[in-house]
Amino acid sequence: MLDAIFFYAFALLAVAGAVLTVTRRNAVHSAIWLIVSLLGVAGLFLLAQAEFLFAVQIVLYVGGVMLLFLMVIMLVNLDRAKQERQFSQQWPAALALAAVAGFGLTVVFRKAGAVLPPMASPAEQGNTQWLSEVMFRQYLLPFELASVVLLVAMVGAVLMARKKAGT
Amino acid sequence: MLPALALASFGCVVLLLEFLLGKARAAAARQWILGLSLTGLAVTAWTLWAQQQALDGRRLTAFSGAISVDGFALFFNWIFLVASLVTILISYRYLEIEGEEHAEYYGLILLAQCGMYFLATGTDLVTIFVGLELMALSFYILVGFLRGERRSNEAALKYFLLGVFSSALMAYGFSLLFGVAGSTRLKDIGTAIQAGDLHDPILLMGLAVTTVALLFKISAVPFHMWAPDAYEGAPTPVTAFLSVGSKAASFALLLRFFLEPLGALRDAWQPLLVAVAVLSMTAGNLAAITQTNLKRLIAYSSISHAGYMLLGLVAGNETGLQGIAVYVLVYTFTNLGALLVVAALRSKGAGRGTEEDLNDISGLAQRNPAYAALMVVFLLSLAGLPPTAGFIGKYYIFLSLIQTGHTVLAVIATLYVAVAIFYYFRIVKRMYMGEAAERASLISSSLGVRVALGITTAATIVIGLYPEPFLRFAEISLLR
Repeated sequence: MLDAIFFYAFALLAVAGAVLTVTRRNAVHSAIWLIVSLLGVAGLFLLAQAEFLFAVQIVLYVGGVMLLFLMVIMLVNLDRAKQERQFSQQWPAALALAAVAGFGLTVVFRKAGAVLPPMASPAEQGNTQWLSEVMFRQYLLPFELASVVLLVAMVGAVLMARKKAGT
Repeated sequence: MLPALALASFGCVVLLLEFLLGKARAAAARQWILGLSLTGLAVTAWTLWAQQQALDGRRLTAFSGAISVDGFALFFNWIFLVASLVTILISYRYLEIEGEEHAEYYGLILLAQCGMYFLATGTDLVTIFVGLELMALSFYILVGFLRGERRSNEAALKYFLLGVFSSALMAYGFSLLFGVAGSTRLKDIGTAIQAGDLHDPILLMGLAVTTVALLFKISAVPFHMWAPDAYEGAPTPVTAFLSVGSKAASFALLLRFFLEPLGALRDAWQPLLVAVAVLSMTAGNLAAITQTNLKRLIAYSSISHAGYMLLGLVAGNETGLQGIAVYVLVYTFTNLGALLVVAALRSKGAGRGTEEDLNDISGLAQRNPAYAALMVVFLLSLAGLPPTAGFIGKYYIFLSLIQTGHTVLAVIATLYVAVAIFYYFRIVKRMYMGEAAERASLISSSLGVRVALGITTAATIVIGLYPEPFLRFAEISLLR
């Protein structure tokens, strides 16, 4: 019961934060609502007993990534940005799509009932230990491969931001 | 695993070589970079060959089931190798003309191929997803590589946004499949699907969402919107790599998915694929008729080719699967060849985007009879006329359709071949009967371009005239 209450509270936080992130005109407000949304997701991780993910979510996303966001926002000219035409005003289409997707999901999960197999519970050891074991044994290859993906992303960012040839 | 290791390490080293270039963009340094990239491909080829010998028709799984090296994976890896080889060969001159000689370009091509390796070999949802992202990220950057060009920027942004969207869909579909099976291994997912309820709504939704994302990646209608823009705006060698490498890799993934874990759900996905295949052939072929930009035209024709390839999966028998393998092989050489000629049209001096129009190819036969003749060969093959390779690919697909009783589909597909001949021959007519354009764009030929043209032409003609070894190669590569 208590779990359910917390779940809905965090879920509401996450969804409401996300909606406000895309609807606020002021970029700083958007960023702050994004923090709220990310905190809601962090709460959901905690409810699922994934305390490591919870910590990572707070430290990396709410802390690190958001700080970078706010730094970048500080660098752009907010007053001018506010006057630019915004492309986020697609209410009817967005609502219709959300309604269709929501309806579909509700039907599917109603009909399916409880067929989702219970999670392999890491009862005797902590979630963090379990995660590390899975990551470095079963998922070692994709874990290493992810470093290459990040390298490519970084190279791409540098390449796009670089000044004209030779500099 | 070795080919991926070779690609990744050579890719990283080539990335670092940017410092050699310096301000002067010295020709010697550029040749070093080109040479090292080609060495990387040679090493990859050698490891692939060694694996092919060691495997001998067996199947090896590694990393606790994360990848599986089998004939199927190796077959597709050879195709990726051809695609990046040809791309690198024609890029040297092209980048020189554009004034964007960067070592990163070659590094990204090698790393993209590394991602493709994992798409073809991956048997684990996480590995597949990371491999897909590696390939896609490299392509987003490559498509937007000409930073000074508005069209290139626009293409990169559109491709990035739609690509990320489809990746998110795929991640969602994977999560649903994981939820049903409780495992990320394709084998376990297959077992769980067979053991469980085939009409489980969550399973079906996972199937639907994953399918949509896969169709996005192979640019099948109605998820093709990104393709014409991305193909048109990208540097032409990248267009070639994208239209062949990315498509073949996504097809490898799609085949592995539909034949292995989702094979039990054939009744659910077959009608879906029939609809998508027919729509792709219709929209691709009809839209191609009105195009005046060569790269856009090839983009639409490649959408229709995706439709033909899907038909082989619809038939689903031995002939059909062999047909897809042959079709992908043939399409690789032919499409690379056609885009290669388009890339060679690009020359110094004239503004960009002026050499890719139907008007610019007008009268090509008078100026460069050799290139015009080769273009005709590639176009014949794309249309699927004998004696070129394209005929063999289409023949097997149609044969499999008739064998499995999909006669109506076979008739529709044949009718669209007629449409395709019409728009391909519009190009031929322009080349041979059109008046030479005012400022005749000269073919900018280089050793790399000539070698690449030699490879693609030889393959297109040899597969058409003597297909036996290639058919056998495709046959031993089938997923069983």
